Amino acid sequence: MIVGDWRPATISEVADVTPTARVLRVTVPDWPGSEPGQHVDVRLTAEDGYQAVRSYSLGSYGDGDAIELAVDEVPEGEVSPYLVRDVQPGDMLEVKGPLGGYFVWRPGGANPVQLIAGGSGIVPLAAMAKARADAGTGVPFRLLYSVRRPETAIYRDELERLAGDGGLDLTWVYTRGGPPGWAGRVGRVDDEVITSAVWPVDRMPDVFVCGPTSFVEHVADALVRLGHPAAKIRTERFGGA
Amino acid sequence: MAVFSRGFGARRRESDERLPPGQYLTEDFPVLSAGPTPRVELDEWRFAIRNENGATKAWTWDELMALPIEEVTTDIHCVTRWSKLGTHWRGVSIDTLFEGIETDAGYAMAHSYGGYTTNVPMEDLLEGKSWVVFEFEGEPLDPEHGGPARLIVPHLYFWKSAKWVRGLTLMEHDAPGFWEQNGYNMHGDPWTEERYW
Ligand SMILES: Cc1cc2nc3c(=O)[nH]c(=O)nc-3n(C[C@H](O)[C@H](O)[C@H](O)COP(=O)(O)OP(=O)(O)OC[C@H]3O[C@@H](n4cnc5c(N)ncnc54)[C@H](O)[C@@H]3O)c2cc1C
Repeated sequence: MIVGDWRPATISEVADVTPTARVLRVTVPDWPGSEPGQHVDVRLTAEDGYQAVRSYSLGSYGDGDAIELAVDEVPEGEVSPYLVRDVQPGDMLEVKGPLGGYFVWRPGGANPVQLIAGGSGIVPLAAMAKARADAGTGVPFRLLYSVRRPETAIYRDELERLAGDGGLDLTWVYTRGGPPGWAGRVGRVDDEVITSAVWPVDRMPDVFVCGPTSFVEHVADALVRLGHPAAKIRTERFGGA
Repeated sequence: MAVFSRGFGARRRESDERLPPGQYLTEDFPVLSAGPTPRVELDEWRFAIRNENGATKAWTWDELMALPIEEVTTDIHCVTRWSKLGTHWRGVSIDTLFEGIETDAGYAMAHSYGGYTTNVPMEDLLEGKSWVVFEFEGEPLDPEHGGPARLIVPHLYFWKSAKWVRGLTLMEHDAPGFWEQNGYNMHGDPWTEERYW
């Protein structure tokens, strides 16, 4: 874990990835690098000196001056609408980090890994899935990703590519509506989905759950009820509903 | 000197002198914890204090309820930058629980159901500074907020206020708890922004 002081950073690229979310590529000179799953604090300063700070997971990992954030707009929010709607290449902000030494996946373990994301909770889990592919390890990874509709999925193409390359076992859950022609179920992650798409308890998976608080509460409770040891379940709660 | 973010500030939140630096006000009660929420039955619940010589004193739920109960109104501050002002709790003062406990220890490790730990200096626990609480805003404490009972040490960042608390182990020397091993400050004063290592 490295923290350090606030580092000035420049937005290098913005990409709208869903109707409400944007991926931001940010250049941070002398960035010390990060592990898959870590986050940064982002500080914004208005012309009159007013400041606000929020945490954002890193969609990227490893060395180099370029980091990636993916921000989903919280309506009525203070910071996320600015990052999703207003910020442009060339604009500046500050980052502190990387932060967090717990919600982190490090190559080397032998147990299968289960990632479970709701909404923007995919961000740190996508970094883990990319890290697994880059490390070329044989550790089996499954991802269960719950989104309202296909078009609200962040990193959709990248995840499909990681799945297509044979590494990642990917299951979509659509809570409001599936893609055209979708014959599968529509609804929240429930016990049946968990039983069919999550590694069974006897495989002793390391489980990472990330998303809005209510999603994480719901999924983590169900996992425990279905026999997964609490000690194997790591959670990151993004706040809000 | 901070860099400016072009065009930022239109949706700013009000500020308040009761807010420590870098904090913003929230009306909700966000939940942050490292794993699933433990569910603890009241008839199985225990709270124990073990001193540096290993002597242990423990309370059942009924025994806790028989102690003098205090109402606490306080501001709380989470390291993830939200603060809530004027929250109301009911619980037992740590001072009450320490009556008759012999110790010269400088530090305590709070232990929780579910395995969470956090270290707190004794001087931050005693003399009206911390409580074991079981009610929030007139209602029994929700499991996701640490129910049936949690520690509150409101003048430190809220990760020190261990949820699902089941005891304190007194220590002569400071040692890191869960988040302290994972990057958070050993002490955690919000007013001096003791957030990380
Ligand atoms: C460790 C960590 C990592 C995070 N990573 C990401 C990330 O990668 N991408 C991302 O988009 N967000 C992430 N978040 C959430 C992010 O920090 C902000 O909370 C979010 O962007 C809202 O900020 P805001 O200023 O727009 O809203 P605020 O002005 O802070 O809040 C407005 C209202 O929305 C509620 N609210 C706050 N956050 C959420 C939320 N996430 N969902 C729904 N309601 C909410 C608040 O309780 C409040 O009532 C992360 C949070 C944490 C703690």
